[in-house]
Parts: sequence; structure tokens; C-alpha cells
Amino acid sequence: MRSPNLLRHAWAVASKDLLVEFRSRTAILSVAVFVVLVLVVFNFGRDPTAVSNLDLAPSILWVTFTFAAILALNRAFQLELENHALEGLLLAPIDRSSIYLGKLIANLVFVATIELIGVPLLALFFNVLVLPYLAPLIAVIVLATVGFVAVGTLFSAMTVRTRFAELLLPVLLLPFMIPPLSWAVLATGRLLAGRPLSEIAGWLNMLAVYDIVFVTLAVMLFPATVNE
Amino acid sequence: MRMVQVGRWITAIALLLLVGVYLRALAYTPVEQSQGLAQKIFYLHVPAAIWAETAMILVGLSSAFYLFTKDPRLDRFAAASAEVGTIFCAIVLTTGPIWGKPIWGTWWTWDARLTFTLFLFLLYVGYLLLRSAVADPAMRARYAAVLGICAMCEVPFIHLSVYMFPTLHPMPIVLQPGRPKLPGSMLSTWLMSLGVFTLLYLGFMVQRYALSYLREELEAAGEVGHA
Repeated sequence: MRSPNLLRHAWAVASKDLLVEFRSRTAILSVAVFVVLVLVVFNFGRDPTAVSNLDLAPSILWVTFTFAAILALNRAFQLELENHALEGLLLAPIDRSSIYLGKLIANLVFVATIELIGVPLLALFFNVLVLPYLAPLIAVIVLATVGFVAVGTLFSAMTVRTRFAELLLPVLLLPFMIPPLSWAVLATGRLLAGRPLSEIAGWLNMLAVYDIVFVTLAVMLFPATVNE
Repeated sequence: MRMVQVGRWITAIALLLLVGVYLRALAYTPVEQSQGLAQKIFYLHVPAAIWAETAMILVGLSSAFYLFTKDPRLDRFAAASAEVGTIFCAIVLTTGPIWGKPIWGTWWTWDARLTFTLFLFLLYVGYLLLRSAVADPAMRARYAAVLGICAMCEVPFIHLSVYMFPTLHPMPIVLQPGRPKLPGSMLSTWLMSLGVFTLLYLGFMVQRYALSYLREELEAAGEVGHA
């Protein structure tokens, strides 16, 4: 299959998922409320006189994204279980990798929407200055998100057909999320503290390498998770 | 002789030899100047750590070959290696704190190598959990292979990410550029221990491999549910 087709098919799969989501909006609304709640819980789970907001903000941001992303990732293939929709998708005369890429794109849009809600809320609730560092912060968020959503999409294709799917996905995924997450937390911390960009270049490089390796790996391995 | 028995014999011999290594370590190697007797754990800790990591690489490689060849022997090998790796990881994670308490004054610290071993352990546990959560043997093998390959590729990233942090852990003294920096008797004891652990890995592997073969036979005959 040629690559223009691969991307076209991937987009078709992604737009199908996004359309289903857009029509119902249940999942995205639930996750958005979840993000608000996690941020609120964090507010009560700390002593503001002991730890300054600025020190805690990167951790709050990334822990919230982690939990929200895991909830979102569980949804991607759950959708396909109803009425054996996955079989139909697999019967389509398209490359299996394009199904993966489609799911990846849909998940990325989904998680990006959550993050779009999360960042301003963090700035609002914890009184953190975000606007001056918005561009590099977006770069960090994008690079980290691509990495763990790529692995998560691959894993959710497997866990969804196991027992305890909702529990197994985080157990498998978290060890894979922690390296990009730890780099993202460090980079975010430096950014919010107003450190020069050169200090986070190393973390950004690491995130980019992680993305390249795991997106490639996931595209190659995905067919093995759906072959009947 | 049946394979399980062969594995049992190898394991038994390896365990006896391990006792021998420890007799040698206690009787014939000098007591380390700054760490005292706590250093003796080195002969257990380091070989176990080496095999814990090697086992993960073997899981990944056999998983990759499994996806190409679909040879069930490779899947059994990967499953066995993961289980043995988990045990060796557990050995590292228990002997480490026993050494750490007298030397560092703390059971656990978020030190680079400790974190790395913990990650490795969690990867192994995830792998074994995934295997136990899939009922269909063919699907289980494919899923496990996908996770095994990802886990192998994750190892260098954890390495990179943890080695960026400052460390308290002793630096390698055997596998390092130049000559090993320890007395000859310690080195020879350690090399023996590494040999014993290799034998132990082999013994465990043969047993686990034979057991998964038997289990598959039973599963095929419909005798048991999967574990």
C-alpha cells in the first residue's frame, strides 16, 4: 500500500471515530469533568503554605494528563467491540497500519482536547503564569503526548480484548509513560520557572527520539495485535 | 530423562554451587575495607542484576522472532525467560535494600539504578499479567510478543533517563574500561558466582519451558483452564 493511501485511510478511520465522538460527546464531556475534578482534588491534597504552586504545578499538570489520557485510551477500541465493529474494520481493504494510525490520530485529538481544557484551568486554579511560555510549553506537551498516546493506542488494542481491560491498560502503560512523563515534568518545571529555553532542549530531544522510536514500533507491531 | 527433571537437576546443582560460592566468599575473600561484611552481598546482587536485564533482552529478541516465525517454542522461551527474569529482579530488589540499609542508611532511595530495576520489575510483572489475562493461546502469544518487544525497546530509554540523574550507587568495578579494580580472589569468586547464576538461569528456564509445554498439552486436551 502506498503512503498517500495509508494516510488517507488513516484519516478516514480517525474521522469516523471523531464523528462518533462528536455526535454523542459523552466521553469527552466525562473526561473534561474528570480533569476539573482531578485538579480540584490536587488543590485539597496539598498544603499551600508548605509547597508553592509553581513547584507543584508541573506535577499536577502531568499527573492529571496521565489519568485523563488513560481513561481516553480505554475508549478507542472499546468502541469497536460493539456489534463486532472491529471485524468490519479489519475486513476493509486497507492496510492494518492505517487503522492504527487512524486510531492514533483520533486519540491524539481526543487527548489534545483534554489538554486544551487542562492547561488554562491549571493557570486559573493554581495561579501559574502560562502565557509567556505558551509556545515552548505546547512543544513539550505535544512531544510527550505523541509518545505515550502512541504506546497507549497499541496497548489498548490488546487490553480491550482481555479480562480486566480497564485495569490492565494502566498497569501495562504506566511503566512506558513514566520516562516521557518525567522528562516533560522536568521541562515544564524549568519553563514555568522562567529558565532559558536552552535548558529544556535536551528533554525535548529525548521526547522526540522516544516519539520516533515508539510510533515506528507501534505501526510495525499493530498488525500483530489484530491478526486473526 | 524428561525435560522437567533435567531442569530440576541443573537447578539443584546450581544451588549447591551457590552455597559453595558463598563459603568461598565468606572464608577466602578479604573483607572490604569500608563496607565490611555487607559487601559480601555483591556476589549475589550483581550476577542477579546482570541476568535480570539479559533475560529481558532475551524476552524481546525471542518475541521479535516469534512474530516472524510463529514458532510456539519461541513464545514458550519468552514466557519462561520473563518469569525467571522476574525472580532475578526480585532478588536484586531484596538484596539491594539489605545492603543499602547499613551502607547508605536507608532501605530505598530513588537512585538511578534502583529506579531502573524497579521499572524492569514492573515491566516483567505487566508482561506476566498480560499473559494471564488472555485466554486464547495464539492471541496470548501474539500479545505477549508485542509487549515483549516494546519492553525491550523501553529498556534503553529507562537507562538514559535514569542515568541523567545523580547516583549514589557504586559504579561498575568489574565491567569497566581497563582492568577490574578488585582483588584477584574477589574477582574469581564473583566470576564463579556469575557462572552459577548462568547455570541457575538455565535450570529455571528448562523447568519453566517444560512446564509451559505440558500446560499447553493439557490446554489442548481441554483439561485445565489457563493460568
